[in-house]
Parts: sequence; C-alpha cells; structure tokens
Amino acid sequence: MEWETVIGLEIHAQLATKSKIFSGASTAYGAAPNTQACAIDLGLPGVLPVLNRDAVRMAAMLGLAIGAEVARRSVFARKNYFYPDLPKGYQISQYELPVVGKGQLTIDLDDGSSKVIGITRAHLEEDAGKSLHEDFHGRSGIDLNRAGTPLLEIVSEPDMRSAKEAVAYMKKLHQLVVYLGICDGNMQEGSFRCDANVSVRPKGDPKFGTRAEIKNLNSFRFVERAIEFEIERQIDLIESGGKVVQETRLYDPDQGETRSMRGKEEANDYRYFPDPDLLPLVLDDAFIDAARAALPELPDVKKQRFTEQYGLSAYDAGVLTTSRALANHYEATVAALGGEPKLCANWVMGDFSAFLNKDNRDIANSPVDAAQLAGLLRRLQDRTISGKIAKEVFEAMWAGEGDADAIIEKRGLRQITDTSAIEKVIDDAIAANPDQLAQYRAGKDKLFGFFVGQVMKLSKGKANPQQVNDLLMEKLKG
Amino acid sequence: MHEKTIAQLSAGLAAGEFSSEELTRAFLERVERFNPRLNAFITVTAEAALARARVADQRRQRGEAEPLTGIPIAHKDIFCTDGVRTSCGSRMLDRFVAPYDATVVEKLSAAGAVMLGKTNMDEFAMGSSNETSFYGPVRNPWDLEAVPGGSSGGSAAAVAARLAPGATGTDTGGSIRQPAALCGITGLKPTYGRVSRWGMIAYASSLDQGGPMARSAEDCALLLGAMAGFDPRDSTSADRPVPDYAALLDRPLDGLRIGLPKEYFGEGLDGVVAQVVEEAIAEYRKLGAETIEISLPNSRLAIPAYYVIAPAECSSNLARFDGVRYGHRCENPKDLLDLYTRSRGEGFGAEVTRRILVGTFALSAGYYDAYYLKAQQIRRLISDDFQRAFERVDVIAGPTSPTVAFRLGEKADDPITMYLSDIYTIAVNLAGLPGLSLPVGFAAGLPVGLQLIGDYFAEDRLLNVAHRYQQVADWHLRAPAAFA
Repeated sequence: MEWETVIGLEIHAQLATKSKIFSGASTAYGAAPNTQACAIDLGLPGVLPVLNRDAVRMAAMLGLAIGAEVARRSVFARKNYFYPDLPKGYQISQYELPVVGKGQLTIDLDDGSSKVIGITRAHLEEDAGKSLHEDFHGRSGIDLNRAGTPLLEIVSEPDMRSAKEAVAYMKKLHQLVVYLGICDGNMQEGSFRCDANVSVRPKGDPKFGTRAEIKNLNSFRFVERAIEFEIERQIDLIESGGKVVQETRLYDPDQGETRSMRGKEEANDYRYFPDPDLLPLVLDDAFIDAARAALPELPDVKKQRFTEQYGLSAYDAGVLTTSRALANHYEATVAALGGEPKLCANWVMGDFSAFLNKDNRDIANSPVDAAQLAGLLRRLQDRTISGKIAKEVFEAMWAGEGDADAIIEKRGLRQITDTSAIEKVIDDAIAANPDQLAQYRAGKDKLFGFFVGQVMKLSKGKANPQQVNDLLMEKLKG
Repeated sequence: MHEKTIAQLSAGLAAGEFSSEELTRAFLERVERFNPRLNAFITVTAEAALARARVADQRRQRGEAEPLTGIPIAHKDIFCTDGVRTSCGSRMLDRFVAPYDATVVEKLSAAGAVMLGKTNMDEFAMGSSNETSFYGPVRNPWDLEAVPGGSSGGSAAAVAARLAPGATGTDTGGSIRQPAALCGITGLKPTYGRVSRWGMIAYASSLDQGGPMARSAEDCALLLGAMAGFDPRDSTSADRPVPDYAALLDRPLDGLRIGLPKEYFGEGLDGVVAQVVEEAIAEYRKLGAETIEISLPNSRLAIPAYYVIAPAECSSNLARFDGVRYGHRCENPKDLLDLYTRSRGEGFGAEVTRRILVGTFALSAGYYDAYYLKAQQIRRLISDDFQRAFERVDVIAGPTSPTVAFRLGEKADDPITMYLSDIYTIAVNLAGLPGLSLPVGFAAGLPVGLQLIGDYFAEDRLLNVAHRYQQVADWHLRAPAAFA
C-alpha cells in the first residue's frame, strides 16, 4: 500500500526579551543555577505576575509577519500540574484565546517548488525551570533560572507531508523569528525547539491516522531523523497488523529512534482556567501599528528584491538573505564598492562565509567588515591584484594585518602589468627551459601551461595572468 | 490609652500627651496580658515594634508625622512581612519567612504605623469561625466560649479587646465583615482592586481584598487612606486616585437612599438580630435617609457559586505549597509522589484540603462547564442585580451575618451550616463591590453588625454613612467587660 505522512509542528521560540515574561529577573543564558530567579519565579506566597510588554510586542510582530490576526483581546490561563521545576504548580499560558490567530508561511522545497503551510495559532506562555537528574550526587537538582522565560508557542496545521517539508518549515520559521529579532534562534541553548505530531494514512484517505507526538527536538537534523524513523515505525506497525496509539514519544539521537514516554490518555488533566491574577490582554490599534512599524524587511521580500536590484540568481539571493546580518553585510559591501553586485556576492558567499564558518564566528564578530572587503574587491576590480593574490590578501586581512592596500604594499603584491617587465620574466623562463621549449615547438601544446606556471612562479604570482598568456603565446612561437 | 480610637490617639501623639513608644508599650503590655485568653496573635514583634515606635517619635519631632505615624497596629498573618514569619494560619508555613513586605504592610509602615505583631486567622483564610487555624481558635472577647468569626478573627478580637487600635484583614467571602460584626467592631472590604494584593497570600485571587478593621469608621478611613492605591506589582489593582476618606466623613445623610434587599431579611435570619438591624435602619431614617425595599433575586445563588469559584482558584493557588522549595516538607520522602502527598497532607488542615479537593473537581475535564463556567455566569447575574439596585439607591443595608457569634465547636463539623454564616457577605465579593460592617447593638449579649454595601469605589460613601451613625450611637465605643 502507498502511505501518506501527515505532520504538524508545535514550535517553542524563546522570546529575546531582557527580562522574564511575568517578572523583572534577567533571561540571560548561562548564569549559575538559581541566580536569575526572583520571588515571582520561585512562586513564593503572595507574589503576583505582571506581563512583560515587550513579549507581547514580539508576539504581535510574529503575527503580522505570518499574515495572522493579532487578537485585540486574549486571555492568560493557568495550566495546572505538579512538577518540581514548575514552582507555582501551574504554568501561565494561553488556552482558548491566544494572542495570534491563523496565519501562514511559504516554504521552498528542494525541487524548486514552494508550498504554503498553515499556522493555526501562536500563544504566549512562561517556560518552566530545569530538572537536573544526572551528576548531582545521586539526587535531582532544580535550576529555576529558566522559569518564567517568555515563550511563543507556534502551532502549525497538519500540512506537511514529509520530514523534508517539516524541516523546511522549521528552518523558514527559524529564519523568520531571527529576522524579526524576537528570538536568538540558538537551538543548542533551547531557544528554538519543536514537538512534532506525526501520523500516516493510506494515500487518498481523507481521515487522519492516529498521531504520535515527538517531544523536544532541538536540531533540524533530529527533526528530520526522528520523523523519518517515526514514519517507518508507524507504517511497519500497521502493515504487520498493529495499531498506532496516541502517545508522547522521545527521540534518542544516540540510537536514532523514538521511544514511548507516556500514553496521552493517561496524561494530566490540566484543569485550564483563566488566570485571575492577570486581566485579559487588550491590544489597541496604536500598539499593533507600532509593532507593524517595527517589522524589518522580511526574508521573502528581501530575496525578491536582491534578484531584481542586484541581478542575482534566486539561489544567490536566497543564500545572501539567509540572515539579516549576512544580507546587510552584502549590501554594505556593494554600497562601499559602488557596484559589482555579482563580484560582491561571490566573495560574501565564498571566502567570507567560509572563513566565518572555519572560525565559528558570527558576522558581528567578523575581523573583516564590509568596507574592508570592498577595499579588497576594488583592487581586484582595478587589476592591482589577481584573483589568486586576492585570496592571499583576504587571509591576511582576516588575520588582522590591516586593510587590503596596506597588505598589498607591505607584501609587494601589486600586479605587474608593465609589458616590458613581463616580457623580461618570460624571456628568463624560456631561457631556463630549453628542452621544454623544443618539445613545445615540436607540437606539444600542453606545455603552454607549464610555461605560464614558470612565469607566474618567477613573478611571484604578480604578473597579470591575461598579459602573461598573450605575451607568452607570441614569444613561444619564436 | 487603649480606650482611645486611632483618631484620638493620633491627636494625643500630635499634642505630645504621650509618645509612640509609650503607646506601643501600653498595647504590648495588654497583648502580653490578654492574648493567652484570646489567642488573637500568632506572632508578637515587641522589640521591633518599640524600635519602630522610637523612629516614629523622631519623625514626629522632625515635624514629618502623618496621621498614622506612631500608631500601633496588627497585621493579619496573611500579609507577608519581611523578616517576620508569615504563617497564614497553617502548619504548611509555620516556619516561612518572606523576604519582602506586602504592599499593604509597606504602605502602612511608610505612613509610620507600628506593627505589634501578626494576628491569628483561619488557615489560608478558609473559614468563618477561626477554628481552622493551625495555631488554635481565637476566642471572642465578648464571650470566650464563642467564636470571633473568620477568617480575620484574630484581627477582630485584637481590636475588640483593645490589644490594638486597628488591624488589617482580608475578605474573600466576608472575612473582614463577619468577624467585625461578631466582635462588635467596624471593618471595611474595599472594592476589588482598591488595595493591592501583592504580598497577600492568595486564597481566591478574583475575590480576595485587603481592608481595615478598627473601632470606628473614622479609624477605618485613616487606615484605608494609607492602604489603598495603584500598585504596578498587582495587575488587578485599580489605577485611580485615592480620595481623602477622612475629609469626606461628615457629609450629611439627607436624601440618602438606602436599599433594603428583601432577600436579606428572610428565612434564616435570627429574630433578635433582625430587630437590632431594623432599629439601626430606623436611626438612619432619623438622620435623613430614605429607605427603599429592593430585590437581589440571585442572592440565593451566591453561596453555591462562591463554593465553586473560590475552591477552584484555591486549588490552583495552593499548588505551590508542594514541599519542594519552602514550607512544610515531610520526613524522608520515598519518591516524588510521596513528597507531594505527605507534605501537603501533613501541611494542610481539613477545611483547606476539602476546598482543594472541591476546586480540583470543579475544574476537571468534563465538569468545568457545569461548575466553573456556570458559577461565573451566576457571578455576572449577581453583579447585574447590584447594578440594577444602584440605579435606585445609594447604599444597600442589611445584617452582616444571620446570627451573633456562635459557640466554639458548634458548627465546626458542619461545613454547610458554617458556610451559611456568610450568606449576606459573599455576593459582595462575587460582584467586587465594597462592603462595610459596623456595630449597631447586641443580641443575647453579643454584638450585631449592620452591613452597608456601596457601588464600585464608593468606600468614601460607606465610611461617611457609617461615621454619621457613629456620631449618634456609641455601640462602637463599648468594650467587652473583661477587656475594658
């Protein structure tokens, strides 16, 4: 039988606010345990939550960016359950009336086509703390630094039909929240994580199969692998006469498999009810207009503009608009150079990105800024240096040796374009290799490359390659 | 000195008749002497009180005194106090010391009031007789075998017995007004949102409201003026100015329209209590008020609605007491479930446990619509009843409680009968309105309270109406013989 996969994702994006969603404690990552938890985060008696305005602004920005309705009135509700890292015995979340309603996101697939994925809703909630069961003297430790960190839970429609689509959606949403500046997108630190609802059904069947929920996937690779595994598991199960049960599963990256965590039917009854400590969240036009005004150029729009404004291919435009920082760097380079968008694109996507990757740096910490890169490309453009020398100069710039001009000067890398000087080097090269000359003249054309190499070597790479070619051709004819 | 009201003590301090230190010492001596009989205080902070009194005296010398500067008061042990245990009347918090002051405590301290200690209360404010306290019942100063009412029974008894001239209380379903009535003092539950709930341990968040308890309406006006106001730490607190309540006390009552809800004078109301209340209302007519019979047709639904909403919120509010971070923790827990069940089982008393169970049930899947949602709809109907009434009248009057103080133990095993003692007060919390109880006489030797209910933020009117009565009556000045 042919099977069809149905996937919906619930993504938790940690909002990049300075303080927590209901308290003034810092959200900075990596502090010593329990040093960033105030009385409110600890759930001490008598404390009360006060909503962080910035978290709401960020939620509104996402809503506007996915074309969703930002609710004029939404309600915070308590989700009640006991767990040691949940200080109040309930999580403040949104239930019946979320702040962001239906929206959508367009994903690009490998075959070049695109697909619209529906987004059901997005709601604000607080994160819980962290339980540490390992390496803690045989006990469990609790770190409440994360308790109260603002999260935006973004729930998709069950619109994805393969693990690849799910990953494409997750990447697109990741790009969007980072673009919007509402999430740092750091998946290792848990700032962007995903629960995947996966089911299979016979192709053409309008009914959904029973789904399993895979919890807490914190990398694109794990999402893909976990879903692939889960699809196969469910199909095998059904084909061998079994039934998929609705349950929560965990992905084990070491074993590459998902495992049952607990049955959903025996899951908690969360006893949601509106939180009486918080009034309904009412947003007026001014608030929403301000959020709209704060929206940056969104990735799809920027990509389109790059193809039109700079004449780039869709592929190049896509790569350069992966992040706002990269796109800004590219545009600043083009501006500083005063043109040559394709040359700039090649360098930004090429050596520049490669060096960033190699050093595991982000653009903000790049040793070469856009003006410096443009300075290098200018020398390439005016033929002061060759492409090969440019790579050497770039490496020196990266190492902090200064601007391109200084390095070219210091290292004497200026390209030789003086015909008589090049001719002299060619003469030396020919004189030093009489045997090869004889063979060449006897018809062994391939040796032309050998002579080019010799000339470049004698000129320490500085001879203008085109001139070398032309002059050498003449000289070798004799 | 203990015979004087706060207003009189304030005048005495201003005139230099006595210092705050002398005053504070006098009340601390009375606490030491009489509290063993009453059990009104859980914690007495004698040294800190004297130190604060000296600071208040210095402030007065600098000419920076406010009306409450140097006045001793007691705080219900539900208000968190920085560095002083806040037990909430529960074994669960027997050793809990908050690292912060409740806003109410902070504001009264800033006004210069001197905290004598923390008063006894029903556990987590759940009760109408003060018998659910982990620290034992409070006794009624008028009859030591009678209850003082609850949950703010310690504050009511302390003020009635002249162990403190004023105290704070909280009122979720009548917990200021009912003990005020049963102890013969004046107590005001403000409009929901008038007084910040920050640092006030939550029982039912949408109903809880702190307020003053004192001998007279004038004293309540002075206390409320210091307690009330917007607090950015409480999202439900009202951002509107606080009137000068004391300056508005003397307005004449000519033409005042008093509504008498027929539902508050029917079945279940003690005959003598009814008669005393009628006499007080007759006195109001003499003062120029007009009385109008009104109806609050959904009154009978108030208790059932309250006993869904309050337990539902309490079941969630009290989930934080899990033995993990603070509060009572059982010995040698076997595992997590054991830690939870024994810590909570040992830490909470029977009434708290009952309400947590009821509330958990009411919020459960499949029951939410039938109970919680229905109760919220009733709440709306009850509010609408009041709003219709306030189109015709300025204040509503009736008995605060259907009976005078009952015997200790009399209703302890019968929760439903106990719940009915709040039948006239609960609707006010559901509607979020202000309500005041003032003493208007005695039945069988025990005090009777008259309840005045006002429209939203009409505390000034309630205090004015009570004050004018207290200008012509002296019930509020009577002291129980054993504590005179």
